[in-house]
Amino acid sequence: MASSSAAGAGSTDPTAARRNNTKRPKYSKFTQQELPACKPILTPRAVISAFLLVSVVFVPIGVAALIASRKVVEIVYRYESKCIPPNVTDKVAYIQSSADKTCKFSLHVEKHMKSPIYVYYQLDNFYQNHRRYVKSRSDEQLRDPGEEDSTSACKPEDTANGKAIVPCGLIAWSLFNDTYSFSRDNHNLTVNKKGISWKSDREHKFGKNVFPKNFQNSSIKGGASLNESIPLSEQEDLIVWMRTAALPTFRKLYGKIEVDLNEGDSINVTLQNKYNTYSFNGRKKLVLSTTSWLGGKNDFLGIAYLTVGGLCFFLALAFTIVYFVKPRQLGDPTYLSWNRNPGGH
Amino acid sequence: MSIHSSGSRSNNSILEVSLSRSGSKARPVRYGSKGADSEGLSMSQRELRDEDARLVYINDPGKTNETFEFGGNSIRTSKYSVLTFIPRNLFEQFHRVAYVYFLIIAILNQLPQLAVFGRGVSILPLTFVLFVTAVKDVYEDWRRHKSDRVENNRLASVLVDGKFEEKKWRDVRVGEVIRIKANEPIPCDIVLLSTSDPTGVAYVQTINLDGESNLKTRYAKQETHGKEGFGGVIKCEKPNRNIYGFLANMEVDGKKLSLGSSNIVLRGCELKNTSLAIGVAVYCGSETKAMLNSSGAPSKRSRLETRMNFEIIWLSFFLVALCTVTSVCAAVWLKRHKDELNLLPYYRKLDFSEEGEVENYKYYGWGLEILFTFLMSVIVFQVMIPISLYISMELVRVGQAYFMIRDNRMYDEETKSRFQCRALNINEDLGQIKYVFSDKTGTLTQNKMEFQCASIWGVDYNSTKDNMEGEQVEHSVEVDGKVIRPKMKVKVNPELLQLSRSGLQNVEGKRIHDFFLALATCNTIVPLLVDTPDPDVKLIDYQGESPDEQALAYAAAAYGFMLIERTSGHIILDIHGERQKFNVLGLHEFDSDRKRMSVILGYPDSSVKVFVKGADTSMLNVIDKSFNMDLVRATEAHLHSYSSMGLRTLVIGTRDLNASEFEKWHSAFEAASTAVFGRAALLRRVSSIVESSLSVLGASAIEDKLQQGVPESIESLRIAGIKVWVLTGDKQETAISIGYSSKLLTSRMTQIIINSKTRESCRKSLEDALVMSKKLLSSSGVANDAGGSSDATPVALIIDGTSLVHILDSELEEQLFQLASRCSVVLCCRVAPLQKAGIVALVKNRTSDMTLAIGDGANDVSMIQMADVGVGISGQEGRQAVMASDFAMGQFRFLVPLLLIHGHWNYQRLGYMILYNFYRNAVLVLVLFWYVLFTAFTLTTAINEWSTTLYSIIYSSLPTIIVGILDKDLGRRTLLKYPQLYGAGQRHEAYNKKLFVWTMLDTLWQSLVIFWAPLFAYWSSTVDVASIGDLWTFGVVILVNLHLAMDVIRWYWLTHVVIWGSIVATFISVMIIDAIPNLPGYWAFFHVAGTGLFWLLLLGIVIAALLPRLVVKFVYQYYFPNDIQICREAEKIGYERVVESGQIEMLPISDNPPR
Repeated sequence: MASSSAAGAGSTDPTAARRNNTKRPKYSKFTQQELPACKPILTPRAVISAFLLVSVVFVPIGVAALIASRKVVEIVYRYESKCIPPNVTDKVAYIQSSADKTCKFSLHVEKHMKSPIYVYYQLDNFYQNHRRYVKSRSDEQLRDPGEEDSTSACKPEDTANGKAIVPCGLIAWSLFNDTYSFSRDNHNLTVNKKGISWKSDREHKFGKNVFPKNFQNSSIKGGASLNESIPLSEQEDLIVWMRTAALPTFRKLYGKIEVDLNEGDSINVTLQNKYNTYSFNGRKKLVLSTTSWLGGKNDFLGIAYLTVGGLCFFLALAFTIVYFVKPRQLGDPTYLSWNRNPGGH
Repeated sequence: MSIHSSGSRSNNSILEVSLSRSGSKARPVRYGSKGADSEGLSMSQRELRDEDARLVYINDPGKTNETFEFGGNSIRTSKYSVLTFIPRNLFEQFHRVAYVYFLIIAILNQLPQLAVFGRGVSILPLTFVLFVTAVKDVYEDWRRHKSDRVENNRLASVLVDGKFEEKKWRDVRVGEVIRIKANEPIPCDIVLLSTSDPTGVAYVQTINLDGESNLKTRYAKQETHGKEGFGGVIKCEKPNRNIYGFLANMEVDGKKLSLGSSNIVLRGCELKNTSLAIGVAVYCGSETKAMLNSSGAPSKRSRLETRMNFEIIWLSFFLVALCTVTSVCAAVWLKRHKDELNLLPYYRKLDFSEEGEVENYKYYGWGLEILFTFLMSVIVFQVMIPISLYISMELVRVGQAYFMIRDNRMYDEETKSRFQCRALNINEDLGQIKYVFSDKTGTLTQNKMEFQCASIWGVDYNSTKDNMEGEQVEHSVEVDGKVIRPKMKVKVNPELLQLSRSGLQNVEGKRIHDFFLALATCNTIVPLLVDTPDPDVKLIDYQGESPDEQALAYAAAAYGFMLIERTSGHIILDIHGERQKFNVLGLHEFDSDRKRMSVILGYPDSSVKVFVKGADTSMLNVIDKSFNMDLVRATEAHLHSYSSMGLRTLVIGTRDLNASEFEKWHSAFEAASTAVFGRAALLRRVSSIVESSLSVLGASAIEDKLQQGVPESIESLRIAGIKVWVLTGDKQETAISIGYSSKLLTSRMTQIIINSKTRESCRKSLEDALVMSKKLLSSSGVANDAGGSSDATPVALIIDGTSLVHILDSELEEQLFQLASRCSVVLCCRVAPLQKAGIVALVKNRTSDMTLAIGDGANDVSMIQMADVGVGISGQEGRQAVMASDFAMGQFRFLVPLLLIHGHWNYQRLGYMILYNFYRNAVLVLVLFWYVLFTAFTLTTAINEWSTTLYSIIYSSLPTIIVGILDKDLGRRTLLKYPQLYGAGQRHEAYNKKLFVWTMLDTLWQSLVIFWAPLFAYWSSTVDVASIGDLWTFGVVILVNLHLAMDVIRWYWLTHVVIWGSIVATFISVMIIDAIPNLPGYWAFFHVAGTGLFWLLLLGIVIAALLPRLVVKFVYQYYFPNDIQICREAEKIGYERVVESGQIEMLPISDNPPR
C-alpha cells in the first residue's frame, strides 16, 4: 500500500513488470462488498407489531410481578432508637459501654406467613461500598491458611500486637453483632443460621482450615468476635457480612424461621443491641419476610413492566391511527428532495 | 538538443541548456520543470561557499571519506531494526496525544493513593493498543526491509585498482568511479565523467524521479570525457532535495570547471540509448536526491476528525464536570462526617496497629483528599474520552482502504494500475467533496495525441470524417535489410496519402511535401530504434518532450516522411523510401513568448528553407502581407472548426531564404549563440529575422482524446452537487471545446469570459461579470417563480492565466470568488502550476467546503498538495503527481465510484462510528458515575474493574469496527443512479452537532435506565456489589450492542457473528472473572443469574432504554424521511418486487435493469 510505493520512490522496481499480470484485484463478493445481506427497514407494520409484542409480553409479566410482590409478607421493625433506654443521652457512650443492652419488643403478624421466613437485619446509611471499606480485605488469607500474613490490603486492621489478624481488614472488623431471638406464645422460635451464606463462598472462598486469630484484639472493637475454634467456612455470619452490599441501604440474612407464622400471631423479640450505628446515625431494622419467585417485597419491577407495556400499547395504537390517517408509500421516489422541488439542482 | 554545452563556458551552458530543455516544448503544456529549472538557475549563479561544500576526490574514496565520513550507499526506508524497534516504536507511538493521556492515567493509577484499579488492569488497555499498533508497524517495516534488501544488494560496476569490479550497491562509496551500461539503473547520484558517445552525451530516463517519460540529455565534461585515468576534485554543494539543480565545480589537471544539473545523473534514473557511461559518485544512499525526495505519504487530517476533536473537547469538559461534581460532593461528605470519620466502621481514619501510636490511616487532609478524589475520578471515568475510537478509526480506515484498493471498478486495464490509497487518514473526506479541481491534459484527456486533420494550402484533409474505413496505415522502410516502422500507428486520409505519394510533380504535391517535411523536421524529436521480438523488424520510437510533436512526427512518418536520424548537425529523413539528408543550419526553440519554433534547413542542393510552426495567433502575425488572403482566411476557418471540435491546432509556415538573408541571419545567430550574457533574449531577437514574411503551408490538428467516460462522470459529479473546475495550460479555444465535449459546458450556459491584460481591466470585467451573473440568476429566478419549470441559467466562467496573475493575491480575489461561487462551471486556461494551487487556495480559504484536486503531471503537484484531498492519475505523465497525492488511480472516471460510492460509504460509516463510540463510552461512564453517588462519592465501581477495562477491548469494540468497515447505507447501483445522494456528505448529515447532542441525550436516558432500574429493584435488599455490578455490566453491554444492531443497515453473516458474538463473549468473560475465588465477587454471576429478577431486569432495561430511540427513529424515518431513507426503502421494496414477480417478469427486468 502507501508505504511500499513510497519506499520504492528512488528505485526502478524490477518486480513491477512481473506483478502487473496479477495486479487486477481478484473478484470476490467480499472484496467487491457484495456479500449477501439482510436489510431490515422500519416499516410501520413491523414497528407497530413490535410495540404490540412488547406490550403483550410486558403487561402480563408486570401483573405477575406485582402479584408476587404483593403476596410477600414483610414485617419491618426499626429499633436503633427504640432500644436505647429513654434516659440515655449519649447513645454512642451507651453502646460502647458494657451495660446490658437487651431489648425486648413484640411484632404483630398481620398476614399469614408461610415458612421459610427469612430474618434480616437492615442497615441504613451504612456505606459498605465505601472505597476504603471494600478494599480492606484479604481474600487470599480467607482461603488459604498459608497466606495468613498477606494482610497488606487490610490496613488499618492488618495486624494487632505485631501479629496478623485473621480475618483481617475493616469489613471483618466491623462484623455486625446484634443478636435476635424470637418466641411465640412463650415458645422459642428457632432461627436456623445454617445455610444463610452462599454455598460457593463456604466451599471455595472461606477456608475449611482457616481459623480466626488475633481477631478483635486491637485497641477498639469494631463488632462481633469470632469463635477461634470454628473454621471460617462455617462462620456464616462473617461470610454473609463479607459479601459487601451494593447500596448504602441493605439487608443481610440473619437466619431462617422454618415454621409458618399465622395471622394475628404476636412474636416476641429479644435483641442484644450491641452494634454501634449511633456514631454515624445509621438506622437498624429487623425484617421478617417471606419470599416470592421474584425475591422480596418490591413493587418496582411490576410497575415498571406495566408502564413500559402500557406505553408500548399506546404507541402501537397511536402509530396505527397515524398510519391510517397519513400513510406514506415506502420508497416512493417522488418524495426525494430533488423531485419535490424541481430546480433545486 | 541543438545547443550543446561541450565547448562553451560552463555557467552559461547550464543556463542555456536548462532553458532550451523547457523551451523545446511546442506548447507550454507543462510548467513544472520550467519553474524548477529557473530555481536551479538561480542556485547555479550563486557562489559555492566552502563551508557549504563537500569535496569529492575522483577515484579516491579513501581520501574523500577521510575527513568526513559520507553516508554509504545502502538505503533504509525501514524505520526499525530488531534492537531499536521497541524504544523507537514506543517513542513514535507516544507522539499521539491520546496515548499520552492513556499513559498518564496508567501512571496516576500506580500511585498508591490513587490506585483505583489493580496494577495489571490499569496497564492492560494501553499495552493492548500499543501492541496492536506495534504488530502493524512490524508488518509494514518488514515489507520495507525486504524491498531495501533487494535494492541494496543490486550490483554495480565500480572501478577498483584500475579495473571495474562488481560491487553491491550498498558498498558503493562517495568518490568511487562507477560504470553504467545501457538500461541499467543508476545506483547513486553521479557526476558524468565519460560516456560511450563521442560527444560525451548520455541519455537518461527520469520517469521514476519526476515522472517525465522522455529522455533527458546529460553531458560529460570534455576535459574528462574519453580519458583513461580519472582524477581530480569535485567541490559540490551539500546534499539537498532539489532534483533540478546541482551546483559544483571540478578541478581537473589544474583547470577549474563548473558543473551543473546537466552533468549529474541521479539515482533512480535509468541510462538509455547510451551504451556506457562512467561517473563518480557524489551523493550516496540516503543523501541522494531521490531519497531526499521520497518523503512518503503526505499527512493530512480529515475534516471529520477535526470536527470530532471539537466534540472531544466537549466530552473533556463533561469529564471534568463529572470529576468536579464527584470531588465537591466528596468534600461536602467529608466535611459533614468530619467528626465521625475516626471510628466510622467503613472509614476508620485512625490506625491503632502501630504500638502505642495512633495515626491517621490514608488520610491526607482535606485539600489533598479532594485532589485525590478528583484524580481518581479521572481514572475511573477515563473512557469518557474514547481513546479506543482512534484505534478503531484507524482499523476501519484500513478496512475501507482495502475495499477501495480491491474494487474492480477502479482497476485500470490499460495501465494495469489498481487504485492506490496513499493517505490512510482521510478516507471519509471523499464523501464530503464540494469542489473538484481537475487538470485537463492527461486527466480529462488521455494525453495521447493523435494527428487528426490537416489543412494544406486551404484544403481540408480530414482523416476521420468522411472515410469510415480510415485504416491505420503502417508505413515501413527497409534499411540495411531491416524493416523499420514507427511505433505508433496513425489513421490516415487515403486521399492525402495518395497526394503525398505523388511526389513533387505538381504544385499540390509540392505543398504537401513541404507540409510534411515541416512536420518531420520542425521539432526536437529524437528517434530511437527499439528492438522487437522479430530480429528483422525494428520499431522507431520518437522521443520528445511534447506529445504534440510526437504525434506530428508519427503522422509525418505515416504519410511517408519518416524521421530516421537526428543529430545536432543534420536530419535524415526517409521520404517514400528515398533517404534524404538535410543540414540543420539553425533551430530556434519554442518559447512561450513567441509561441512558435523554427528550423532552418539546408537542402542537399544548398538552398535554404525555414520551417516554422506555432500557435495560430503568433503565426498569423508573421505571415507575409502580400500573401494570398483567401488562403489565410480558409486556413483560419479550418482552424476555427478544428478547435471547436476540441482539437489542438498548429499553423505551419515556410519561407525560402536567399543567400543574403541567410548570411544576415547566420552572422546574427553566431554572435548571439556565443554571447556570454542574455543569450536567450538575443536569440529570440535573431529569430525574428527568419520568422517573418512567412507563407502559410497549412495547419495541423491533433486530437487529445477524452478519456473514457469523462462526460458521464462530469455529469454525475455535477448532479451530485460537486462543482467541477478545470484548470488547464491549454489555450482558451481548446479548453472550451474540451469543455463542450466533456459536457462540462452546455449550450444552455451563459459564458462569462475574462481575458484581461491589466489589473484595472480585470477589475472592470470582474465587476461587469458579477453584475451580469446576478442579473442572470435573478431573472431566471423570477421566471422560475412564475413558470416553475425552468432552472436558473447556469453561468460558466472562463478565465485565463494572464487575468489570474492580476487577480490572485490581490484584493480582486474576493470578487473572483464571489463570481466563481455563482458559476456552475469554471474553466481556467493558460494557468501556471502555482496559479493552480492559488485557485484551490482561493476556494479553500474562503469556504469550509471540501476541495479535491485531480491531476496527473508534475504541474499539478502544487494543486494536489493544496487541496483537502489530492488525487493523482497514474497515467502518461509518470509518478510525480501520484507521489504527491493522497489517492491515485488510473482514470478520471474512477472519480465517480470513488466519491459517490466509496466516499459516501466511508463518510456515513465513520460518521456513525464516531457518534456510536462517543455514546458507547459515555453510557458506561454515566453508569459508573451514578453509582458513585451512592458510595459516599468514593469511586467504588460496582462493575468489576476487569469488566471496565475489557469493555472497550472485548465487550463492544469489534462490532463497531466491523460495522464501520462493512455496513452500507445504500447499494452501489442506487448511489450511481441518484448522484444527489452524495449531498448528504456535503451537508454533514452523518455527523454534526445536532446529532451529537441528540446522541448524548439518548446516552443520558439509556444510562439512567440501566442504572436506576436495578437500583430501585434492589433497594434495601441483600444484593451484593458484585451481583448488581454484573447486572449493570450486562445491561450496558447488551444495550450498546443492540443499539448498534438497531442501526445496522445491512446484516452480513459477519455482522451477526460479531454483534451476537460480543454479547456471548461478555457472558463468557464475566463467568471467567466470577470463577476466580480470589476476587471478592466470586461466583456472583452464577448466583444472580439463578434469579428471575435478574433476567427480567435485563429485559426491561433493554426495552425501556431503546424505546425512545426506536420511536424517534421511526417517526423521523417514516414521516420526515431523508433521501437516503427513501432510496433504502426503494432498494428493499424493489428487491422484494423482483423476488415476488418471479420468473414471468424476469425477462423485462433483465432487459432493463434498474441501474
